[in-house]
Amino acid sequence: MPSFILFAFKRFLQLAAVIFAGTSLAFVVAKLSPISPVETIIGRVTNRASMSPTAIQSLRETYTELFGLDIPLWQQYLNFWGRLFTGDFGPSLVAYPTPAIDLILLALPWTVGLLTVAVILTWIIGNLLGGLAGYYQNSRLLKAVGVVAIGIQPIPYYIVAFLMVIIFGYLWPVLPISGGFAMNVRPGFTPQFVLSILHHAILPASSLVLVGMGTWFFGMRALVSNIVTEDYVTYAELAGVEQRKIVSSYVMRNAIVPQLTALAMALGGIFSGTIITEQVFAYPGLGTLLIRAVNGGDTTLVLAVSCISVIAVATAIFIVDLLHPFLDPRVRVG
Amino acid sequence: MWTIIRDLIRYNIEFAIGAMLVGIIVIFSLLSFFSPYAPNDIYVVFPDQPPSAAFWFGTNSRGQDMFWNLTFAFRNTLFFGIMVAVLSRIISITVGLLAGYLGGWVDRSMMFVNDIFVALPIFPILILFYFVLRSDLNMFTLALIMAGLGWPFDARLIRSVAIGLRHREFTRHAVFAGMSPAKIMFEEHLPYVMPIVFSTAMANMIWSIGFEVTLGVLGFTNLNVPTIGTTLYWANNHSAMVVGTWWWIIIPVALIIATFLGLFLLAVSMNEYIDPRSRLRRMGGE
Repeated sequence: MPSFILFAFKRFLQLAAVIFAGTSLAFVVAKLSPISPVETIIGRVTNRASMSPTAIQSLRETYTELFGLDIPLWQQYLNFWGRLFTGDFGPSLVAYPTPAIDLILLALPWTVGLLTVAVILTWIIGNLLGGLAGYYQNSRLLKAVGVVAIGIQPIPYYIVAFLMVIIFGYLWPVLPISGGFAMNVRPGFTPQFVLSILHHAILPASSLVLVGMGTWFFGMRALVSNIVTEDYVTYAELAGVEQRKIVSSYVMRNAIVPQLTALAMALGGIFSGTIITEQVFAYPGLGTLLIRAVNGGDTTLVLAVSCISVIAVATAIFIVDLLHPFLDPRVRVG
Repeated sequence: MWTIIRDLIRYNIEFAIGAMLVGIIVIFSLLSFFSPYAPNDIYVVFPDQPPSAAFWFGTNSRGQDMFWNLTFAFRNTLFFGIMVAVLSRIISITVGLLAGYLGGWVDRSMMFVNDIFVALPIFPILILFYFVLRSDLNMFTLALIMAGLGWPFDARLIRSVAIGLRHREFTRHAVFAGMSPAKIMFEEHLPYVMPIVFSTAMANMIWSIGFEVTLGVLGFTNLNVPTIGTTLYWANNHSAMVVGTWWWIIIPVALIIATFLGLFLLAVSMNEYIDPRSRLRRMGGE
């Protein structure tokens, strides 16, 4: 199917452009930083022992050369790109000399796991309820869902997560409010560990679902309430097609494609929300790592997390875009 | 204009509630001009007093009267939101109208850039900016950065309307009458996109204030400027929930939720007003 390949190729170009622009922006911003990684390390070393000024000077020169900061900026930029392909961002400063990418690889599975589960749950629940609310417009229950969604949707992630910590941490302490798993469980593929992870993910995931659901609910309700007035739906009703079949394969099926496009466009924002939520629930993912890096003055780690975020989000959008041909025959046939 | 507002209040309960909530918050923030205390003074009243007749919203552990302190916080936060909304509206109107009216390669290249901005995860980038600018990241710089990141969704929306306008009869007349493209865009087409500009401005304010609160709570803004974010930061800093000074957290959170809800309802009701079919259904005309 050549049209699909053309479609995928165009999307891939876009993916490359987003990654290029995002990481370049991150590089430029990081280079403007008055915090020099060399001085940070020297500050750390001289903290422990007193050194002669000449020794400090030679230390400074060694580190400047080691970090490749003694060459012109454009060459640094080229080097940055060369090393980006091998995943080399240089050593983290708070955990010197652990490479920044190692810390990220430890944190990334948590974020990806939480984000994937939350996005899929949010999208399915929101669209299902929204579709039903658009089809059964007189249902009291679905109207109530709409009112609740209107109330929660505009509140930013931070406030909702914060309120859930207050409710489940102070007022009714039944769920764990921090960490990725319980302290007394040994990590590994044991049922205890998996259960502990799930138990700890309930609050962060449900805060993400609560905030995110409204967008899909309203979008789907509006789309469906337009579709139900179409002639083919009336014909299907007159022809005695099962109601469940009308809702699922006549109405919702047609509304799902624009909602998938919307998902691709919303992923960047959802990602930002996830790393904010992680910080509130002390979840061991990218968000917590990013805040720790900022507070520790860790230039390489902050730059590395920003670049990985851009790449991860762009790749996720690319994957969602590639799902289009499976739902929309027009893209498939061309 | 006034008849529109009157109709909206009469037929659209969402608009009425939204306008009331936002109105209360705006009046509240305007009270800051009558505050007996300067915004940054601490230990001017007894610390940790619960809400009472003398201190309506209680006092915090830093010895500030929460009522007056919150008036400043809301004034700064709202001002920030409006600043971002206005600046990003300027960008999105310009990009949207240019791309929609000129079309061709201008449209394609602009939408290419637009899609790149849509795909960027904003929070890590904001953190990166804070990391670089540190204390230089004041309200105004942050507003500039947020405006630079917050225009693409709305530019696309405006563009889609502008494309429709390009093929309308009056545009053709204007072209034949010798109007310049700039004049057509900003005198003939701009009025048609104004309703979208207003409703997206509300959504944009929710978005930017949300990020301001988040950055503030994490301590990533200038902590000496009272905003909703920094108020919550200081509350967390003094472990307000553990110490038992719940009013330090619950009252600002309740007020900020009222603000978001109000802005959201305004945006939703304006969106509905733009669509004449749903407007008619509201007024019972259909």
